[in-house]
Amino acid sequence: MVEQVAQMVVHGEAWTIKDLFVLPNEYVYWSIQIVMYPYMTGLVAGAFVLSSLYHVFNVEKLKEIARYALVFSFALLPVAMLPLLLHLQQPLRGIHVMMTPHFTSAISAFGIVFMTYACIVGAEIWFVYRKFFVESLLRLEAKTGRSSFESILKMIYRIIALGARDLSPEALEADHKAVKLLAGIGIPVACFLHGYAGFIFGSVKANALWMTPLMPVIFICSAVVSGIALCIVSYAIFMELRKWAARRGKNFLLPDAVAHGEHVVDVDHLRSVQGHEVTMTAKYLLIFMTLAITLELLDIIFRGYTAVKSWDILRDVIYEHDFVKIFIMQYGIGNILPFLILLLPGLTVRRAVFASLLVLFGVFMMRWNVVIGGQAFSLTFDGFMHYHLPIIPHDIETFKEGLPGALMVITTPFVIFYFLNMIVPAFMEDKNAH
Amino acid sequence: MKRRDFLKNTAVFVSGASLSLSTLEFLDPRELLASQPSLRWGFLVNTYKCVGCGFCVKACKIENDIPLEANVTRTWVERYVMTKSGETIRDCPQGALNGYTSKLLDENASGMRAVPDEEVAQAFFVPKLCNHCSTPACVQVCPVGATYQTADGAVLVDRKWCIGCGYCIMGCPYGVRFFHPVERVADKCTFCYHRISKGGNTACAQACPFGARQIGNLRDPNDPVAKAVLKERVGVLRSEYGTKPNVYYIGLNEEVR
Ligand code: SF4
Ligand code: SF4
Repeated sequence: MVEQVAQMVVHGEAWTIKDLFVLPNEYVYWSIQIVMYPYMTGLVAGAFVLSSLYHVFNVEKLKEIARYALVFSFALLPVAMLPLLLHLQQPLRGIHVMMTPHFTSAISAFGIVFMTYACIVGAEIWFVYRKFFVESLLRLEAKTGRSSFESILKMIYRIIALGARDLSPEALEADHKAVKLLAGIGIPVACFLHGYAGFIFGSVKANALWMTPLMPVIFICSAVVSGIALCIVSYAIFMELRKWAARRGKNFLLPDAVAHGEHVVDVDHLRSVQGHEVTMTAKYLLIFMTLAITLELLDIIFRGYTAVKSWDILRDVIYEHDFVKIFIMQYGIGNILPFLILLLPGLTVRRAVFASLLVLFGVFMMRWNVVIGGQAFSLTFDGFMHYHLPIIPHDIETFKEGLPGALMVITTPFVIFYFLNMIVPAFMEDKNAH
Repeated sequence: MKRRDFLKNTAVFVSGASLSLSTLEFLDPRELLASQPSLRWGFLVNTYKCVGCGFCVKACKIENDIPLEANVTRTWVERYVMTKSGETIRDCPQGALNGYTSKLLDENASGMRAVPDEEVAQAFFVPKLCNHCSTPACVQVCPVGATYQTADGAVLVDRKWCIGCGYCIMGCPYGVRFFHPVERVADKCTFCYHRISKGGNTACAQACPFGARQIGNLRDPNDPVAKAVLKERVGVLRSEYGTKPNVYYIGLNEEVR
């Protein structure tokens, strides 16, 4: 007689359903937050690459969206760390990664790669906006009767201007050169940041689905794809939102106006996102999408053709259990459909935004299929694990690693972006910046 | 500060620092242990002797404070049933905590499965535990060095340093790792390091009424485990992962993964 004992839920048990033969300790340990992690880093890296296209290759048409992408990438940056922290069983010890990095581990260098990247993006923004910082500082200093908010703002500008108040043409020219250099270095570093996220998975030799040297490259391509797509979507939406808000006088939606007074937002000249920006950006999107799809298909074909021992179970997972998620949602809705929409002649902004939304969804599904799909089968190749995303949390764990946690991760960058905009207005139109 | 004073102070500081450094070096536990390279823990499982009673699982959980009711375990016993038509069915309900007392096979979500006696070609049990690999994947992937290998070959987790990222759980090809439900850190079999390093036996080997499990020193030619590894036809699990496991099995066959 099997003894009936009271249950004690172990980590992973709440959302894992086992089928057939699965080892007793096997659960879906890496859940939604680990799906969010490469997704968010991908967005960071992609947005930055988009902004660099203008700075490095002088794609003049991308000027406005490039500046926006740069600031947005910076707002996304802290959030790339958040899912990892939310996923840790001991989040307070996260700092140990910096204290005793164990360099044979792919995660250990994360802190270093991440910080390097953050410094580059931060420095680039600084050079792009230095003129604006100094001008704002001078304006605020000249002003008598500052409100306390303006005093705080003045203090912030004084600190971030770092005492470099030289606005001579030579100094500005030097800024310009620095931006170009940083954007140039930034591209490989952004690729590294994300290729590295791919390596974290690709190097797990115990996992038959993850282990492939293609993983980092696939991750880089899909990162650029998702970053560009997010910039298109959010840029278009923010532009409309700003127009709407400015017309109705809803200034709380215009953080730059909140910080610098209404005059910085020129109601008459608030424009919509322009057709040429979107078509140009969409072109890059198409290029990277082609690359990403080619690599992903290559991976599947190669696995099917070589058909090593693990293929039996992988085939079951890919063609049966996850068929809808992989072929319908990821490739169909997330790749082929937007691909066609973008290719059809006469691309309108609205259509590009719609296609980009689908692309974002497709890349998310790709991350899902890699992370969750990689844990959908047992190490014994003899059983399956089904993941059920906790929707309504009933304890801290199902909150962190459930829908609410994921939504938190998605919304945070927008909150950061709002406040960041008070200090570095991403939608600045005048010739203040590069 | 005068120049002479400065030099003097520097000299004092440098000698002081090097002194403390040398004490550190002197106390380095790796060196202490490396001075006895004659010890390498290994384990022998004789699958012919295992009857699937699960005493080892229970003993391990009690000894190592893994809650009995939690569905994770440091060691477990798998049941294999091979039919005459060539099918292999495996199960391992609750890690065999309560032993195998029913002929029904537990296929999790697919329910219980009955195999008629006359169709069974052979059936056997395979106990599993951490292999304390010579090139452990778990140690390689731990980002903070909380999982480490001792000089005598045991792979252990530092509960005070583990951040609970789960990378080692993903990295181990044998699925022996899990999150301790109370401590909230990675956990796995330690070969009962707290016992064996004092000359004791592991809890599981001690609890096994049939002697299917044995811990031993692979470097000692007179050790029964070392002798068996040398003289009998033994196998290890999943050598293709290159982790060089140190748990040897007598009577291992291809279906066991
Ligand atoms: S069996 Fe797994 S946990 Fe144990 S040492 Fe080997 S890799 Fe590490
Ligand atoms: S869970 Fe703990 S022991 Fe395992 S890799 Fe992470 S920090 Fe290391």
